[in-house]
Amino acid sequence: MATRLRETDVVIVGLGAVGGIAALPLTQAGLEVIGLEAGTWLTKRDFAPDELRNNYRGWPQSAQKANREIPTHRPTAASPPFPRLAIHPMMNAVGGTSLHYWAQSWRLNPWDFKVVSETKRRYGSARIPGGSTVEDWPFGYEELEPYYDKVEVEIGVSGAAGNVNGAVDRRGNVFEGPRRREYPMPPLRGTGFTDLMAAAARTLGWHPFPGPAAVNSRLYQNRSGCMYHGFCNRGGCHVDAKGSTAVTTIPKAQATGRLKVVTRAHVTTIDSDGDGRVTGVTYLVDGMEYQQPAKVVLLASYTYENVRVLLLSKSKAYPNGLSNNHGQVGRHYFSHNQTAGVSALFPWNTNSWYGLPAQGTAVDDWADDNFDHSALDFVGGGNLWVYSDRRPIAAASMSTFGKTGRSWGSEWKAFVKENADRTNTSYLQKTTLPYEANYLDLDPVVKDPLGFNVCRITAEYKENERKIALFIQDKMEQWYRAAGAVAVERAPVGPMGPSTHAYGGTRMGDNPQTNVVDRWGFSHEAANLGVLGASTMGTSGARNPTLTAQALAWRTADHLAKSFNAIARRRL
Amino acid sequence: MSKLISRRELLKRAGVAGVAAVVPVTADKRPQQGPAFAAPQAAAAREPLEHLTAMESDVLEAIVARLIPSDARGPGAKEARAAHYIDRALGGALASSRTLYAAGLAAVEEVAQSFRGKAFKDLLPDEQDDILSRFDSGTVQGFADAAAFFAVVRAHTLQGTFCDPYYGGNAGFVGWDLIGYPGVRTLVTPDEQRLGADVPFNHKSAYDYEMFTKAVASAAPMGAITHGD
Repeated sequence: MATRLRETDVVIVGLGAVGGIAALPLTQAGLEVIGLEAGTWLTKRDFAPDELRNNYRGWPQSAQKANREIPTHRPTAASPPFPRLAIHPMMNAVGGTSLHYWAQSWRLNPWDFKVVSETKRRYGSARIPGGSTVEDWPFGYEELEPYYDKVEVEIGVSGAAGNVNGAVDRRGNVFEGPRRREYPMPPLRGTGFTDLMAAAARTLGWHPFPGPAAVNSRLYQNRSGCMYHGFCNRGGCHVDAKGSTAVTTIPKAQATGRLKVVTRAHVTTIDSDGDGRVTGVTYLVDGMEYQQPAKVVLLASYTYENVRVLLLSKSKAYPNGLSNNHGQVGRHYFSHNQTAGVSALFPWNTNSWYGLPAQGTAVDDWADDNFDHSALDFVGGGNLWVYSDRRPIAAASMSTFGKTGRSWGSEWKAFVKENADRTNTSYLQKTTLPYEANYLDLDPVVKDPLGFNVCRITAEYKENERKIALFIQDKMEQWYRAAGAVAVERAPVGPMGPSTHAYGGTRMGDNPQTNVVDRWGFSHEAANLGVLGASTMGTSGARNPTLTAQALAWRTADHLAKSFNAIARRRL
Repeated sequence: MSKLISRRELLKRAGVAGVAAVVPVTADKRPQQGPAFAAPQAAAAREPLEHLTAMESDVLEAIVARLIPSDARGPGAKEARAAHYIDRALGGALASSRTLYAAGLAAVEEVAQSFRGKAFKDLLPDEQDDILSRFDSGTVQGFADAAAFFAVVRAHTLQGTFCDPYYGGNAGFVGWDLIGYPGVRTLVTPDEQRLGADVPFNHKSAYDYEMFTKAVASAAPMGAITHGD
């Protein structure tokens, strides 16, 4: 029998990158908030610069809740599943994956909000790929701009503005939408190698710039500047220079006295009444069951778990899962095509042993609709990113570019000794569209230790994404060659399995027939249920999702604070 | 920024500097075999086996010595004590590979005995390489997991050669010296990220920094140690 707790104004399920943002505007507006988090608090003493632990053994997520419910994956409904991942790409903790993420903090470009209408206008309706369920967002970039700005200031984003109120600045991204002001901090510094790559891009007539990062480039809000020590990739920050919600918005919300953080709380269901309103959530701590009543529930775990919790929360009003009477939960799923990479070999050391994945040079000339697609046959593009991030085990595991017979022995050893610091692998984030055939649901067979079915991904990259991959690989090779690479290697398009950039499943839009949440992030069916995270996003852009998901979370929380009485009490 | 450096840290730094002064340095700034490399090798003679049998250990030691051999370019996986790393980890983080090691190491030994009539460890290097190549390519009759086993051993040998020495491999930092990794730092200067920068090899583990160890948890205020070296 569950212990019934005292009702609160708002319960947030998951206190990570987005739940940790929403807590701040809500508590500042005077609402009582309970944050339920499956992980624990971690501090900078936990974040040892240890490659084996972070990157090979998956600390801390390998022993966490998320790892017991890793989604399964099959490319199509007709194909058998791939082997299941051993380690979930996301982690549980107060602050969630914002603790160990790369912290690249991009705004989407204006085009990303209007993919359908802009594509039709410029290239005709036939250009939208068959089978795609892509829609325009219910609003444009301008609507989200104030919230991007709030988040950038609150968590601390370093970067070079490319467009301040319409004034284009070539030191930043000339393709970005207008910003109201400069970034709160100047960009992270370049390295010798990333500066050289920027110079090479300029010789091609491209527009390189330092990418934006939620990493302090100097002392900011009493948190240290970055130490550039090289363990930011799947590692937390030992000086709190990374703007995780665990060291920014969450402690600030706690300081209001109105945020209660409950750690090690495993939320199993969101409860609803016969009228279809949510009444609170049920969660477990060490096997003890608790029922937390709330006037409003904000579901803020990761995309896969957002979808799973909804589908597992069946009730009389929602026999097919919460907010799923239109059959849209799990639909319009997509993830960034981060496969089909390009690596290069240089004839000199790049000195990339230190630095961080957010310290680099970006090229946006081939992203989104920043270039003319008239003579091409796809929609979208990719952002090219070259950065400084190398650690010894990964370095020794390098490709030998076909230059050794075996991947072991004396010949191999000689190659690796010579070339361990002479390679670079780019990060190419490419547009992925949602398709009817790509979706999330519950795996009918695989369950977590509590007996709940895990999330199942049915997805593969389609023709449009494969064409983008080839196009972007050409551009990346051109860039590496211009910088002096002596060998370039391309990876194939890989499977579309569990991803750190997973979108959709609870898409936002005005039409309840094709979307789970409305333009404010609240359910079309359960009026006092909000959903936070990239699961609400309908397009991917060609860049990391976190800042956009955070801006959306702030906007949803802001709307909730302003309309609390209506949302908490209104009936459909 | 003020730097609070403990007495212990100062002494340790002095010690590192002292070693650096006597270790001969090659033209490419990588330390050659020196005291730091010789010491753990001597300790290995009285090594207990935590998880492998003596026979398994013999085979594994011989395998890792061929994957990353000691040669004119310096020490390899044997000197890094990669097999010791694997033996320890098989009871922990690599426990799920224990049965594969049992099957794979037995298969390697069987092939050696049936092809050459000798223990794998007693074969000539070329003979050992020939057998390992068959595992690498998955062409071992009667052992379907040959390629999977080889891939796992290779991955773990890389871990054991290039990991933080805390885990029992990369002894004396021989792996990091081999590929030119200058060591764990907690602060890196702009100059140290230049092309052609001369970054000294500091031979430091993550756990040479007190803030990441239990010992200092109560001894120093959090955030006091943010310096590198």
